[in-house]
Amino acid sequence: MSFLELKDLRIHFPTDDGLVKSVDGLSFTLERGRTLGIVGESGSGKSVTSLGILGLHKGGRARISGEIWLDGEELVGASQEHVRTLRGKKMAMIFQDPLSAMHPFYTVGDQIIEAYRIHNDVSKKVARKHAIDMLGRVGIPQPARRVDSYPHEFSGGMRQRAMIAMALSCDPELLIADEPTTALDVTVQAQILDLMRDLQRDFDAALIVITHDLGVVAELSDDILVMYGGKCVEYGTSDDIFERPEHPYTWGLLGSMPRLDREPTERLMPIKGSPPSLINVPSGCAFHPRCAFEERTAGLAKVEVPELRETEGGHLVRCHLPAERRRAIWRNEIKPNLEAS
Amino acid sequence: MNEEPLLSVQGLEKHFPVTKGLLQRQVGAVRAVDGISFDVRKGETLGLVGESGCGKTTTGRLITRLIEPSAGKIVYAGQDITHMSQGRLRPLRRDVQMIFQDPYSSLNPRHTVGAIVGAPFRIQGIKTEQGTKKAVQGILELVGLNPEHYNRYPHEFSGGQRQRIGIARTLALKPKLIIADEPVSALDVSIQAQVVNLLEDLQGELDLTYVVIAHDLSVVRHISDRVAVMYLGKIVEIADRKGLYESPMHPYTNALLSAVPIPDPKRRKERERIRLQGDVPSPLNPPPACRFHTRCWKAQEICTQVEPPLETLAPGHQVACHFPENAPGLAGGLADGVSGGAASAGAVPAGTDPA
Repeated sequence: MSFLELKDLRIHFPTDDGLVKSVDGLSFTLERGRTLGIVGESGSGKSVTSLGILGLHKGGRARISGEIWLDGEELVGASQEHVRTLRGKKMAMIFQDPLSAMHPFYTVGDQIIEAYRIHNDVSKKVARKHAIDMLGRVGIPQPARRVDSYPHEFSGGMRQRAMIAMALSCDPELLIADEPTTALDVTVQAQILDLMRDLQRDFDAALIVITHDLGVVAELSDDILVMYGGKCVEYGTSDDIFERPEHPYTWGLLGSMPRLDREPTERLMPIKGSPPSLINVPSGCAFHPRCAFEERTAGLAKVEVPELRETEGGHLVRCHLPAERRRAIWRNEIKPNLEAS
Repeated sequence: MNEEPLLSVQGLEKHFPVTKGLLQRQVGAVRAVDGISFDVRKGETLGLVGESGCGKTTTGRLITRLIEPSAGKIVYAGQDITHMSQGRLRPLRRDVQMIFQDPYSSLNPRHTVGAIVGAPFRIQGIKTEQGTKKAVQGILELVGLNPEHYNRYPHEFSGGQRQRIGIARTLALKPKLIIADEPVSALDVSIQAQVVNLLEDLQGELDLTYVVIAHDLSVVRHISDRVAVMYLGKIVEIADRKGLYESPMHPYTNALLSAVPIPDPKRRKERERIRLQGDVPSPLNPPPACRFHTRCWKAQEICTQVEPPLETLAPGHQVACHFPENAPGLAGGLADGVSGGAASAGAVPAGTDPA
């Protein structure tokens, strides 16, 4: 059995305006030592998924169904108390904005010590030493002194390092990073990406990186899951996604990005329209109103939700177009436009 | 090409005082912009890039005279507007407009789209032939919005549409120069591309000149003709797009470019990355002489003592560095001698520290 396995996870929120289907039937597996990148635009359900795995929607209004298996334990049906003992110890999270994720009133050290002592029966002194070790390990200079600093005394990059130290303090086996570098400058982002890569190797944890930035995903991930409207639309190794993507939405994302490693093409190829509202997800394939190839499905995309099917060797695509046709479109119509003109 | 630039900035400075105590005694100054000079030619797009705190947004606000410069000179279309009074500036405000970063906070939630886009007409007292409403609807159509949405409120629109409303407002009075401060950074990837394309189309149709302020080097490369790189209130390098991205001369530009994650898993193994240590120092107390020397792997004695001037090392390519890279013969033996050493020095920060 895989280390982490999601089976048909659904997280729905009832609201006055209707049912928000943030995550709607998501399944994937992840092994220790591997990195999964989850890519999607705002409202695609990627953050809700991560909070769902951590059990942070429990006790709220969310309706959760499906299964989440972590190292042989099922989490959707588990009690809040039980998930709480796993959180921090077995699975931990790195949030996007360290300034709002850390408590401004307590020193960075206190916050790491607290997390550590909840899960480990040790004295304050031992915990403090551990906190200093962790800060040193994530590359904070003079950790013995900085352990007594407040979050506001740290720069953005240092705060993100401190948060990584906190997440790693109990040696978690599953680490979820939600937009870990979005709030950072590009040179600092490069530092943090390097750090995360090194630490993952050292800790042999399973890592989930959630981001909208395809560049960040390419830097870190072994496997990539593309989400749209609460569903997985494409899943594969990072080579699958970047070398032979088969879903029109993935093509759209690739065509939308100006890239430094290619000639500046004359025009970007954006996806038309905007991401769907999760209350009124379009009928059939959720992407069909924005899809440039929708008419080639002879109306099928408008009425029927496509299945997530394997095209080859673990590469999954949710699209009505037959695989050969998708490959032909990629080869003849999309790829040439992405390259130097 | 010898015509007069549309906008010319010379030695522009903005120091924000830091005060302390009851008497508000000044104890220091944040040197947000500290002596920058550049020209913007008519019809071109100048990109202004840098990390947070480098002064790029302040520069934008100085050019539009939203804040008062501490020193230096801003010349717009031959007129010195550095300290022009708000009253005399008003007619010029038609020509120079600004697009803001956040489409959520830059639109008044209690005004309809019609009121927001029509405000410039009202403020400038402009009468249009068929009435303001017709004019506004025309502009909405131009930016790809439905003119029937005239009476809707901003919350009824998505982020990308709101940014279009912001753009429509800047276009209302047919400006000549548009300062766009992070115009796409708050938008989703697929929407970013739409707005970038829109800005390019409008430039062609309306003969606009842009100054685009952004931190995303790929976006800036895509839309700019020339690019200026800022670091701690100074311009460290300014060149045309090709020169800057293909043969960057300043070590900071090099480091910035190599830090951009590239969406290609194959390339990540081949690429040698320059890892900068630490963060950008505080502009309250910037390092002396060359401000980049604290993070620069090529820094030597001279960099801590003498500030490198912004010099033209190749046609249209200005750099402020004592040891520029990729410099053509112009700089002579010095640059060549150093670049040999730089190759080995460049490898050091890449291999040493995971930090």
